[in-house]
Amino acid sequence: MLGFSWFSAEAKAPVVVDAAGAGGSLGFNSYLSIATDGTITILSPNPELGQNILTSFPMIVAEELDADWTKVKVLQAALDTKSFERQVTGGSGAVPHSWKRLRNAGATARHMLIQAAAKKWNVSAEELTTSDGFVINSKTGNKLSYGDLAEEASKVEVPKEVKLKDRKDFKLIGKAVKNVANKDIATGKPLFGLDVYREGMLQAMIQRPPAFGTKIKSVDAAAAKAMPGIIDVVIFRNNVAIVGKSTWEIMKARKVLKVEYEKSGNIESTADHDNIFKTLLETGTPTVRRKDGDVETAFTNAAKVVKSEYQCPFLSHSPMEPMNFFAHVRPDGVELVGPTQVPAAARSDAAKLLGIPEDKITVEITRLGGGFGRRLKTDYSNEATELSSILKAPVKVTWLREDDMMGGSYRPAVRYRFEAALDANGNMTGYKCRGVGINSGNPTREDNFPSGAVENLLIETVEHASPITTGAWRAPITNFLAYAEQSFLDEVANAAGKDPVQFRLALLQKAKTTPAGAIKYDIDRMIGVTKLVAEKSGWGTKKGGFQGFSVYFSHRSYVAQVAEVIMKNNKPVVQKVFAACDCGEVVNLSGARQQVMGGIVDGLGHAMYSKLSFKDGETQQKNFDTYRLIRMRDIPEIETHFVDNGIDPTGLGEPALPPTGGAVANAIFKATGKRIKSQPFTDDDVFKTIRATQPKTIQPKKTPLPKSSLKRTKAS
Amino acid sequence: MAKYKLQVNGKNLEADVAEDTPLLWVLRDHLGLVGTKYGCGIAQCGACTVHLNGAAVRSCTLPVSAIGSSKITTIEGLSENGDHPLQLAWDEVDVPQCGYCQAGQIMTAAALLKQNPHPTTDEIAGTMHGNICRCGAYHRIREAVKLASTKI
Repeated sequence: MLGFSWFSAEAKAPVVVDAAGAGGSLGFNSYLSIATDGTITILSPNPELGQNILTSFPMIVAEELDADWTKVKVLQAALDTKSFERQVTGGSGAVPHSWKRLRNAGATARHMLIQAAAKKWNVSAEELTTSDGFVINSKTGNKLSYGDLAEEASKVEVPKEVKLKDRKDFKLIGKAVKNVANKDIATGKPLFGLDVYREGMLQAMIQRPPAFGTKIKSVDAAAAKAMPGIIDVVIFRNNVAIVGKSTWEIMKARKVLKVEYEKSGNIESTADHDNIFKTLLETGTPTVRRKDGDVETAFTNAAKVVKSEYQCPFLSHSPMEPMNFFAHVRPDGVELVGPTQVPAAARSDAAKLLGIPEDKITVEITRLGGGFGRRLKTDYSNEATELSSILKAPVKVTWLREDDMMGGSYRPAVRYRFEAALDANGNMTGYKCRGVGINSGNPTREDNFPSGAVENLLIETVEHASPITTGAWRAPITNFLAYAEQSFLDEVANAAGKDPVQFRLALLQKAKTTPAGAIKYDIDRMIGVTKLVAEKSGWGTKKGGFQGFSVYFSHRSYVAQVAEVIMKNNKPVVQKVFAACDCGEVVNLSGARQQVMGGIVDGLGHAMYSKLSFKDGETQQKNFDTYRLIRMRDIPEIETHFVDNGIDPTGLGEPALPPTGGAVANAIFKATGKRIKSQPFTDDDVFKTIRATQPKTIQPKKTPLPKSSLKRTKAS
Repeated sequence: MAKYKLQVNGKNLEADVAEDTPLLWVLRDHLGLVGTKYGCGIAQCGACTVHLNGAAVRSCTLPVSAIGSSKITTIEGLSENGDHPLQLAWDEVDVPQCGYCQAGQIMTAAALLKQNPHPTTDEIAGTMHGNICRCGAYHRIREAVKLASTKI
């Protein structure tokens, strides 16, 4: 059996292990192995949360190896920072980061197999080729399988440099390859963190403060402790952990647990946030993120000024698998198992908490039942670690859906004010954006388009610090900023009397010929997707639906979308979304389409239906009965197109999401004359009122209607 | 606590649990059948869907004491070798993303096809509307149900 570390394939000598040894060691380290029967085992180091990395990483290795894909076995690697780099799922960065490393790993092994065959046949390696797991001598027609060559190949010197395939020779990359876990998923195999059960394992749930800005005042656990099956009630930090052996017994005991809370910080409600936004937009001291030219003069000299504000609520990540983690803190070491996007951070946090070296801690990465950024946080693995340490026992901590929705780390709420100065010819000569965020970090992306395309530009932010915890939510910041900005640019195009697509193209052309300040996006790629989606959607020529356009650059990739809206019962319905994506090389066409379609459904669903509001520091939505997610009847038709430009992959887990809200809102504007200025869209009058007249005759201004007709759209 | 005799996937199993214990937790914590998932606990997301005498039910809100002699089928027992037309279609159409909701999706679809072997697209969406897929794999779920309906 031939094995070597794939990320350091150039440097490390191959390690030959026997079949038994290989079987035992594979789950622990970073080997690409070829068994004598030709089975190729590839470990995938990054956490799989639905981005299909467990399939696409091995595809890249197998491509350069020229392996027979049907003989490839794929395994999820455990955390191994000595063998792997960046075992993280986040930022749409796995494939862009590992692309060359993975190709090198496959190509190195292929080189060694060819050398072994050349030696065996006593011919020059130049004469040999490979295909589907065989080394072939095209002159003689001789062929040897990788399995037969594995042992000899393992003795070949590891090449310092290897030649990678020309992309025209790709057999796997770019094809639609099925998810390697399909059968396990469709038959209910225990793949997820919540499915971890160990001999002697305790189970626990934690009662956390229900409101942000509160802490425990007193705990009366007597009744809970007396409940059947309850082993202990443990108070640590601001947590009350109920420990037992089965979930339902713990859930029941939780109901009789008496915890009093007291104020420990600001207690905020959504109404307070609305005021904070308005106040800080006017009087806040801003941080200037980018300033080009002379904005003041541009606005003073403007023939027309367009000004608009947009707001988004907090959102819960709500992965279908709630937070959970297994920890077993023993005197001699620690075992952590669970769904995390950041296994290395889970380990370093545990080491700090316990005061032990990291090499005493192992982290097994289960499949993640979704992440969306929530599992970039280590709060839930830390709780399990700490609780196991207190209990001196193996324990799995499970969050209920309510715990997840009430427990923080949300997409931050933000309000933006945009202003544009137009000259007499409708050219945008000035642009201002002030973003006010609640624990948002920087709610703008100051170097994104239209920066670089406007001579006089000011991007600034004001931050409000809140006890409500926030975190990265799929396509952080841009998941909302893109909608606000692309809607605003639509408003500006409208005010300038220009076609929205032509308006953007003219700006991009201007950024190319006369750039204003630094340009940190690829103008040609942005133009490319804009033109492609306009062509595919029949922009400006199509009869029937009302079309809205949006284009956005995020996470190194470019996606343009056109949404089509029709009016049904006098309400807008999104019928179709066209997407043009430039993510560089598409690794797995099936997985890539999933990311685009899923990203659009995700972007549409949250723009249309979801919001997390607060009353006295507590979320008003606690489960899916009141927190509405998109469902099957709500989905539009989606058509995806990819730009084929041969650029190395630039990431696709997130970039398809940001443009959707803007495209849809712009289409709704076309259909109704109403510009939606906040999410969720279904809270807007345009979805609530019964319109007696045709959309085109409706004035953009809100029409007062009798109360009885202002029915809220009911969450399903 | 009481002993409940349950017929699960054609086997007679026993669980010693409180009468109000939802079937979901009996399956997961006591019978080692973890293919059925917890998603919301209030019958809103469909991740916990199993069959009770062939009909789709939400196991997270079904107390074990209400089951009696009804036959329970979980994702593990939907087919002998993972070859139910829906399971095959799920691979053929390459449906799963994170995969967490898919057992519930398949069980909901299986009950639908049993009752209505050739549903229209609207009928599929109408039934599957009760199951949330947070990854947004709805297009392929719909397509896979349609494909399976041609093979039944």
